[in-house]
Amino acid sequence: MNVLEVKNLRKSFEENIVLNDLSLAVPDHTATVLIGASGSGKSTLLRCINLLDTIDDGSIFLDGKEISDPEINVDDVRKNLGMVFQSFNLFPHMSVLDNIMLSPVRVHKIAKEQARDEAMTLLRRFDLADKAEQYPDRLSGGQQQRVAIIRSIAVKPRLLLLDEVTSALDPVLVNEVLSIVRDLKADGMAMVLATHEMGFATQVADEVCFLKDGNIIERGPASQVISAPQQDETKDFLRRVHEAGRL
Amino acid sequence: MSNDSPARETSGRALSWTPSQRELERQAARKAIGRKKALIATISSVIVIGSLIRLVITSPGWQTVKKTFFDWAFGGEVLGAVAKGLIVNVRLTIIAAILIGIFAMTLALLRTSRSAALTPFRIMATAYVDIFRGVPLLLVILLIGFGVPALRIEGLTNSVLILGTTAVVLTYSAYVAEVIRSGILSIHPSQRAAARSLGLSASQTMRHVVLPQALKRVVPPLLNDLVALLKDTGLVSILGVTDAVRAAQIASSRTFNYTPYVTAAILFLLITIPLTRYTDRVLAKSIKRQNAQGAA
Repeated sequence: MNVLEVKNLRKSFEENIVLNDLSLAVPDHTATVLIGASGSGKSTLLRCINLLDTIDDGSIFLDGKEISDPEINVDDVRKNLGMVFQSFNLFPHMSVLDNIMLSPVRVHKIAKEQARDEAMTLLRRFDLADKAEQYPDRLSGGQQQRVAIIRSIAVKPRLLLLDEVTSALDPVLVNEVLSIVRDLKADGMAMVLATHEMGFATQVADEVCFLKDGNIIERGPASQVISAPQQDETKDFLRRVHEAGRL
Repeated sequence: MSNDSPARETSGRALSWTPSQRELERQAARKAIGRKKALIATISSVIVIGSLIRLVITSPGWQTVKKTFFDWAFGGEVLGAVAKGLIVNVRLTIIAAILIGIFAMTLALLRTSRSAALTPFRIMATAYVDIFRGVPLLLVILLIGFGVPALRIEGLTNSVLILGTTAVVLTYSAYVAEVIRSGILSIHPSQRAAARSLGLSASQTMRHVVLPQALKRVVPPLLNDLVALLKDTGLVSILGVTDAVRAAQIASSRTFNYTPYVTAAILFLLITIPLTRYTDRVLAKSIKRQNAQGAA
């Protein structure tokens, strides 16, 4: 059973074609990793899946239900989707705990005490329990991003979307964030993630998709796409990543 | 560009060392420079301000000016009446501020909402703000204060105090609505995106994520408007409300001495200067907080 199915997606911003007839399927409990240069359409694809951007053509299905239907209640769809942004986007006027509890309490109508217990359990699991009452500006970037990930999984989404979650971090902080993602993958959380960390992609990906000019040029297990790419474009991209020292 | 710089964690560590000889010399040198600057500032201030005061009080017209504007015996005589008038201004300001807060918030929310059902209200709110922001307050006070009683509508108040307050509320709500709206628009779209992606509806996003941050940001400009509001309540005196301005006018017209106006001015300043200083402090604090956030 596929959690997510994207069929023939098209999206452009005025003259600029960002997604060009792109199709993708994500089976339950698997991780699909999107790689590709900036501007290849990775972030836009994630934003379209989350209905933050409207698509120009094609369709998107979540658990077999078409969510690209204009009649659909977007708030209901997003209840089943977690999204983590490159720039964390924590709410600066709320404590860590309140950030995490906001959606469970306000959207999912879970009792406050229960939401608090669940949030604390997650914070303890990821070594952030001592930061529960802190405000985001007192946290390091890595801690903020870990809180943002916890916030997105606190409502137990069907699918987690991660948009270059380590791109805004110091190299030394990248690993603490990636290790959470690894743990969630081990839990069986289905996810789609855009990343520039090829080593990490190799570790978590069930499928790697190389995007260029809004389409998937090459897809397959990491052992193929990253370790032994077939397409010239993929080889070229990986060579440039390698030269930049990120492989 | 460090993401891992929670500066406060380092402040917990005790940093103690014995300053080097060079550092002690530097500190002594800085102190000497500081003393020299303070001395220069004092001397130049005394010379410039002192000679200005001397120029004024030695000028041939000074005695007349003093008698006309600064007749403190007369000022003390009218102080009670003017102060009683000022209480009217303060009361009017408090009542108006509350009503303005409610009305302006409604206008700002209507103008920023994207709901289809609210479209007519959004249009009306926009038109309202455009009109009342562009018409002089005095004109609105005259229109409502004299115009409404002229309608002779049964049951409608003729109290100039209520009508004057209404005019002030109508005008200031337009100003304040724009301040609140600018605060709402200043919140980065990524905050909205984060809230919506958590499943919050548009109105939940506004209430729990956007508004709390926006209101915090607009506190300093709103305090500025409060100072302006207090001063502008003096305009309702034109309707015959016995506020501080009117009380001063009455006292002054009896004697052709203008000290009551100066008395009223001083009383206004006693409230507005502390309020302005407080606003400056709030503003400085909010700038500091925002810079700290930017660095985090």
